[in-house]
Amino acid sequence: MTALLELRGVDAAYGAVSVLRGVALEVEDGGMVALLGANGAGKTTTLRAICQMAVKTRGEIRFAGERIDRLATEAIVRRGIGHVPEGRGTFASLSVEDNLRLGAYLRRDPADRGGRRVADDTERMFGYFPVLRDRLHQQAGTLSGGEQQMLAIARALMARPRLLLLDEPSFGLAPIIVQDIFAILRVINREQRTSILIVEQNARLALALVDRVYLLETGRVVTSGPPQQIAADAAVRRAYLGQ
Amino acid sequence: MQALLHQLLSGLANGAIYASVALALVMIFKATHQVNFAQGELAMCATYVASSLIQAGVPYWAAFALTVAISFVAGVVIERAVMRQFQHASVLTQVIVFIGFLILFNSLAGWIFGPTLRSFPSPFDPHAWYGSTYLSPHEVGMIGVTLIVLSIVFVFFRYTRLGLAMRAAAENPQSSRLVGIRVGWMLALGWGLASVLGAVAGMMAAPIVSLEPNMMSGVILYGFAAALLGGIDNPWGAPIGGFLVGMLENLAGAYLVGSTLKLALALFVIVGVLVLRPSGLFGRTVVVRV
Amino acid sequence: MMRAPLGLAAVLAAAIVLPFLVSGFHAFQLTQLVVYAIAILGLNLLTGFSGQISLGNGAFYALGAYVAAALIVHAGVPYWLAPPLAGAVCFVAGYLFGLPAARLEGLYLALATFALAVVMPQLLKLDALARWTGGSQGVLLDKPRSPWPAVIDDDRWLYLFCLAVAVAMFAAAWNLVRGRTGRALIALRDHPIAAGAMGIDIASYKATAFGVSSMYTGVAGALGAIIVGFISPDSFTFVLSIQFLVGGVVGGIASIGGTLFGAGFIELVPNLAKHLSDDAPGVIYGVLLIVCMKLMPGGLAGLVRSARRGFAGPAVPHTRS
Repeated sequence: MTALLELRGVDAAYGAVSVLRGVALEVEDGGMVALLGANGAGKTTTLRAICQMAVKTRGEIRFAGERIDRLATEAIVRRGIGHVPEGRGTFASLSVEDNLRLGAYLRRDPADRGGRRVADDTERMFGYFPVLRDRLHQQAGTLSGGEQQMLAIARALMARPRLLLLDEPSFGLAPIIVQDIFAILRVINREQRTSILIVEQNARLALALVDRVYLLETGRVVTSGPPQQIAADAAVRRAYLGQ
Repeated sequence: MQALLHQLLSGLANGAIYASVALALVMIFKATHQVNFAQGELAMCATYVASSLIQAGVPYWAAFALTVAISFVAGVVIERAVMRQFQHASVLTQVIVFIGFLILFNSLAGWIFGPTLRSFPSPFDPHAWYGSTYLSPHEVGMIGVTLIVLSIVFVFFRYTRLGLAMRAAAENPQSSRLVGIRVGWMLALGWGLASVLGAVAGMMAAPIVSLEPNMMSGVILYGFAAALLGGIDNPWGAPIGGFLVGMLENLAGAYLVGSTLKLALALFVIVGVLVLRPSGLFGRTVVVRV
Repeated sequence: MMRAPLGLAAVLAAAIVLPFLVSGFHAFQLTQLVVYAIAILGLNLLTGFSGQISLGNGAFYALGAYVAAALIVHAGVPYWLAPPLAGAVCFVAGYLFGLPAARLEGLYLALATFALAVVMPQLLKLDALARWTGGSQGVLLDKPRSPWPAVIDDDRWLYLFCLAVAVAMFAAAWNLVRGRTGRALIALRDHPIAAGAMGIDIASYKATAFGVSSMYTGVAGALGAIIVGFISPDSFTFVLSIQFLVGGVVGGIASIGGTLFGAGFIELVPNLAKHLSDDAPGVIYGVLLIVCMKLMPGGLAGLVRSARRGFAGPAVPHTRS
């Protein structure tokens, strides 16, 4: 069975600076995968390569069997990939409501009379992240870091993606907020069958969430496997779990 | 007192033109961070097109609508065909490109349409009921048309899906792509709308200043000053800036320095304001995270 | 641009000899080119090296011209003394303008300088100042005579005089850019916050940059007045300021060597355009500008730099080119 997302022999570079070398990666349909590694290993670049954002790539990237590595970002997103980027990427001067509306920008279901399905989805987002309803008309830039992260995830989910890419969602957030967010990720994976590829520096949290881990070191995948196996690896524990 | 009111109201009428041009400049600036110095020349060319249509027998408002449509298309084409080539160029390079366009269109108009003055009709009957000692019917019409156009633009940006997408694309092109917005076409749309605003300004101004290739060179300067006064990144500030500049120009000309120096005085005041408030009256001071 | 001393000497030799090989009118054109080069150098120092965009250099060119004219006609100052004096006046004027202008950035500064350029001709036409400016009618100057008429005629003598001034000013600019002031200006341009944190008094340096730039442009203006022999307010419209900017960018805005190319461009291309099309020279000029910017976005200097890099192999990308 072909995986939902496949990377094969992917090289990536910013101009003359090469970052990824021969990266191979798979995300099963309905699966949750973590991409771990130190700073500068190329984790963010991998997510960017999938969405063709400001990076030149070689090699194959397939989504649902179709090659997407030659498409523009907008076209890739149209095929069902949601990306919550580094730094959240919310539209700071627009309201929370407008941010969510933009998340649903691509949804033009002819069967959806009066945008009811979009409204239902918005309600569902409020269910996951109640604070967004409270802040509905506030400017997104005035939200706290954790709230913006929730908004960024909600916005990506509004498009009902098949695959959700998250770049360091825990960055700069209080542990309890991070736990809430990860719990929600588990819920959407179970309820909506949204596949997840998450990049994290916080290895412990990621290991508890996913069913497969890839470890990236200076642009190469050095090891991969189920989280228990990776966590048991003594070298990994020394380098990434501080043991 | 009556004279003062007359000057103020008449200034408001001139200000309507500056308001349109200022908004056009701000629109393109918000989307592309470029100032389209050639906006005035594009507007002048559009006005010539309207003039030719009218001279060919097309009724005024039909010519108006047709000119608006043509300007829109022209703006989109220029952005897609030419400006797109320079989207990653430095600020100075872009400025020179705009200067090139300015010179090009100015000369083109003179060549195609001839340098002699043409009169341009006003659609507003000079004896209409809404004229008064303070404002001629055309001046009332100018303000009216400008307010209608500005309102349509605001409603579009505030309440439509496309308007929201354009605002998003202007603010954060990267994130916009991530929600599926075709940012390039949003820029082209912005150019189209800006051209429409310019064309309206030109057609409203022409009956007063007469149509000739250099018709808009003073206007673009006032429009630019008005946009900066209002805050170059604030679409609400631009029309307010425009009306203020119109009134300022008239007051300066009538009461302070006469018409030769009113431009100098108006600019002096504006620059003075900018030195005190470097981001304009309503502009956002840009905080750059180091 | 680093040039081997031999190459520089060759260029200088060619520059000295050239006017003797061409007609009197072309010698005049060459002289005008040299004068424009000094003005564009002034703009480059301001915009290229200290990062302050100016659309108003024409105003200082005008100021230099009128100060020189007033000194020569009303105060009997000899022509060779007028340019440095005019330069000094322009330095002060530029510095005074630069102090409040230091608060403005980018577009806002562009507007303020453009306002200056627009206003200048109107100020020059004021009746109140007509005693010194000659009002709308302008001022006539006597053309300087060659000290050795048997050896060298007036036109070529003027050329050599302007060339000498230009060489001196270029050398001074070269030193300035490489010295402490120059480095401070470049730091200011690229990393203003860091520069401030290092103790560089931003406003003072910016105003000084304005002063130096105006001085150069003022000297050019004075020379321009002398070689043409007639000045009037309409010779100094905002178009001149735009032309200087065009010349600066086309040559390469942070390049001293590029100014010659830029000066040549603004001197000769408009004539070329008029040649090619009598009715619509602007169309040709405008198209040429746009094409030029596409092909050489960094000006001629940028082109030379990338050609050099092409030979040397890929290099670490600069944060600013």
